[in-house]
Amino acid sequence: MIEIFQSIEYEPFLLSFKLAGVTTLILFIISVPLAWYLSQTSSRVKPLIESLTALPIVLPPSVLGFYILVALSQNSPIGLFFEDVFGVKLVFNFTGLVVASCFYSLPFMVQPLQGGFESINKNMLEASYISGKSKLETMIKVALPNIKPALMTAIIVTFAHTVGEFGVVLMVGGSIPGETKVASVAIYEMVEIMDYKSAHIYSAIMVIISFLVLLSVYIFNGRQSKKFGI
Amino acid sequence: MIKIDINKKLHGGHGEMDLDVNLEIKQGDFVALSGQSGSGKTTLLRILAGLEDSKGRVKIGDELWQDEKMMLPSQKRKIGFVFQDYALFPNMSVEQNLLFVKKDQALAKHLLDLTQLSELKDRLPNTLSGGQKQRVSLCRAMMNRPKLLLMDEPLSALDPAMRTKLQSEILALHKEFGTTTIMVSHDPSEIYRLASRVVVLNFGKIINDGLPKDVLLKTRGSQKFSFEGELLDIVKVDVINIAIVSIGQQLVEVVVSDNEVKNLKIGQSVSLSTKAFTPMIQGL
Repeated sequence: MIEIFQSIEYEPFLLSFKLAGVTTLILFIISVPLAWYLSQTSSRVKPLIESLTALPIVLPPSVLGFYILVALSQNSPIGLFFEDVFGVKLVFNFTGLVVASCFYSLPFMVQPLQGGFESINKNMLEASYISGKSKLETMIKVALPNIKPALMTAIIVTFAHTVGEFGVVLMVGGSIPGETKVASVAIYEMVEIMDYKSAHIYSAIMVIISFLVLLSVYIFNGRQSKKFGI
Repeated sequence: MIKIDINKKLHGGHGEMDLDVNLEIKQGDFVALSGQSGSGKTTLLRILAGLEDSKGRVKIGDELWQDEKMMLPSQKRKIGFVFQDYALFPNMSVEQNLLFVKKDQALAKHLLDLTQLSELKDRLPNTLSGGQKQRVSLCRAMMNRPKLLLMDEPLSALDPAMRTKLQSEILALHKEFGTTTIMVSHDPSEIYRLASRVVVLNFGKIINDGLPKDVLLKTRGSQKFSFEGELLDIVKVDVINIAIVSIGQQLVEVVVSDNEVKNLKIGQSVSLSTKAFTPMIQGL
């Protein structure tokens, strides 16, 4: 048993988690202000922004992957710009994966956060404004601390969703070992070459890790409800 | 002197309504705002707090809070607001709720002592009772020494004993800080105890404005008891009819004639009156 675990390569897993970690961090920074804005505004632009944000959920990953590939490749304006100015390629490498993942997982960060912000007692936010606090300070000191379950859900779901990414990653990243061959792609290849033993092992590890992550989220949420009555 | 002259179109439960209020309030006054549900009381409070738009002018002393060209945001108005559902910050302790408004430890301690909350200062809001939460809400509203204190039915969710207790604390705070206060309330005894002036709103317009005694008393110097209540039931016992009426928190049984029974419907509001010849008053 132990030799099995000693013989497999861990690189795809590390790559998956690294990708998910970086993506989650970037998305968190972008999404908190966006979700707050969406929860507080009644502007006519709101449905438009919400639709754009939700698009990655409904689009087939291959469509998303295709458009990102086209938009970021060396032949496109964006790709050329990044190559000339930063000397950075955006496709078939880790950077390209991060960009693609940010699009792919955006709604999974924004929507729980927006839902959390929307479910806050509005009187409580008003009490903060009346106390002289700006909207920004209110968001940071009053709103965010009171949506811990939604925060946890957003972060964990985004992380898990990114780890599970396959179609987009394959199109934009290819399958370059150590660079873009994430766990989901590695398992696919194992099945293709009929190395079912490895596929089993890798898949089992993925299931166990995913389950443990989810379990810890639900336990945390349970403790939060008891402590704060949220 | 607080000058209010505002106008706003409201969509209430009774259709469209024009909230049209022109009011002057003296510094330090305690004004009760009364009237049917949906008559615009909460909206008026929210307009004064800067939480809602309206047309018109609001001026506090020399400070212009609102006119045709500008509207000062809530953050810049020195007001205190006590919400009907307390609206405390669940992630902060009692003391932190107060200090969030202003880092004035001494004032916070003083307010907590006045409302007998000192022992609870490190507790989280979800461990407090309704009465305790409302006291915290009251203290928090006073922390930035507001020019105007607004209270939206602050005691309506509490039982009678707790109401009376909190009324005393509101009175004590008003005596000490002299803050101009506008309180929405439906409770006549509460209004009588706390307010020096009652303004009654109906469908967005002021229909009555004066001393609590004048506005609240249903009879004027006629030495008559007159109460409004709800007819709960009519029971026939032998040859007489007994009507059971609910008045305030109490039930009374009254004998009614067959004629009177014909005109009464169970569930309707009724008025009971009788001459008040030498009634017996006894302390409980």
